[in-house]
Amino acid sequence: MSLWEYANPKKFMQTSQAVLPAIWGLTALSMVVGLVWGFFLTPEAENFGSTVKIIYLHVPAAMMAINAWVMMLVASLIWLVRRHHVSALAARAAAPVGLTMTVIALVTGAIWGEPMWGTYWAWDPRLTSFLILFLFYLGYIALWEAIENPDAAADLTSVLCIVGSVFALLSRYAVNFWNQGLHQGATLSMDKQENIANVFWFPLLVCMGAFILLFVALVLERTRTEIRARRIKALIARERMA
Amino acid sequence: MIALLIRDLALAIRAGGGFGLGLAFFLIVVVLVPFGVGPESAILSRIAPGILWVGALLACLLSLDRIFALDFEDGSLDLLATAPIPLEGVVAMKAAAHWVTTGLPLTLAAPGLGLLLSLDPAAYGWLVLSLALGTPALSMIGTFGAALTVGLKRGGLLLSLLVLPLYVPTLIFGAEAVVRGAAGQANATPLLMLAGITLATLALLPFAAAAAIRINLR
Repeated sequence: MSLWEYANPKKFMQTSQAVLPAIWGLTALSMVVGLVWGFFLTPEAENFGSTVKIIYLHVPAAMMAINAWVMMLVASLIWLVRRHHVSALAARAAAPVGLTMTVIALVTGAIWGEPMWGTYWAWDPRLTSFLILFLFYLGYIALWEAIENPDAAADLTSVLCIVGSVFALLSRYAVNFWNQGLHQGATLSMDKQENIANVFWFPLLVCMGAFILLFVALVLERTRTEIRARRIKALIARERMA
Repeated sequence: MIALLIRDLALAIRAGGGFGLGLAFFLIVVVLVPFGVGPESAILSRIAPGILWVGALLACLLSLDRIFALDFEDGSLDLLATAPIPLEGVVAMKAAAHWVTTGLPLTLAAPGLGLLLSLDPAAYGWLVLSLALGTPALSMIGTFGAALTVGLKRGGLLLSLLVLPLYVPTLIFGAEAVVRGAAGQANATPLLMLAGITLATLALLPFAAAAAIRINLR
């Protein structure tokens, strides 16, 4: 029994079909619990009023926007090293989800920023690096769409993902250097004293768990779709040959 | 490899190579900016370093899809890939040829165009230095992007979408070095970062670009 068994598409399809309903159920449950708890059962924060509640969407989405890219990087590396098609397809499936998470983080941030900072957009390092991340996702997806040969597309997007990761990290530090921040620092670090109060922290944890589950469910679902699409293509090709 | 460099340079300079087009484009961008933002020299000298850097970057981008496209079409890229020199070396030479035909002329022309934008007198030296340090990175990153899209029919637009985000750090440090230099502040950090980016891209990206070409020629 090893992780690599799931590189077999058939095995992957069977297992994912078995676990997906459970993951979707847990996603729905934790999402409802986290959002209802966060939106209706927490007090309003000092200085922020009710606007603080957008944190329950903003922080988990931002977290998943970055983690989706990391997951794509890992999947790309696995594809380049071990040539498992499911891995390449999972990376492809994760990209639009990550893009959506980036957009959610940017939009909720803008909605929150208008009353709080008095502006929808500022060239703050964090905001700017998220905008750059958004552009990286766009380029990655566009490259997948542009290349017809599926193996070449998987290879080239993997190379782009690896090089892009380095440059995304570099951009993060470059924009830090370029402009001073308006965005508050990390509120959730493990070791600092400035963490947010537990009243907000626990529902936020549930929401973060919900977003992780949502991401896993969406990526599994989309990977299944990609596998099916490829099977259909193979069947059509076989039909033509016959 | 030297022969390849000379061949690419000769191809670029002779008719149809598009040599000088990038330079003309750079000139036009810089001429258009004052029409857009107004002729006050205070505003112009404030934004001049950024405009010159963005203009140089766009001019660089313009000629990227030529790096491999012509060789791919007539099959000489296959010959180069099977030639006894490493493909990484071929890629590096292609980037070098691109830099000599675009980056270098842009660097040399930038002070003249800085005059049009009433660039701060203290900034001219920094502008040339930062462009000289940064444009090789632009060429190398662009060569990587061109290698990714070499097999595509209409790779031009996609190429810009892939390459422009990768240009962000170079642009930030390049423009910042000029701005700080003009203001009389210490600008060793951005210059060192710029040189670091250039050296790292020159050292590492030929491998990624060569891998991409091998995939595309498969």
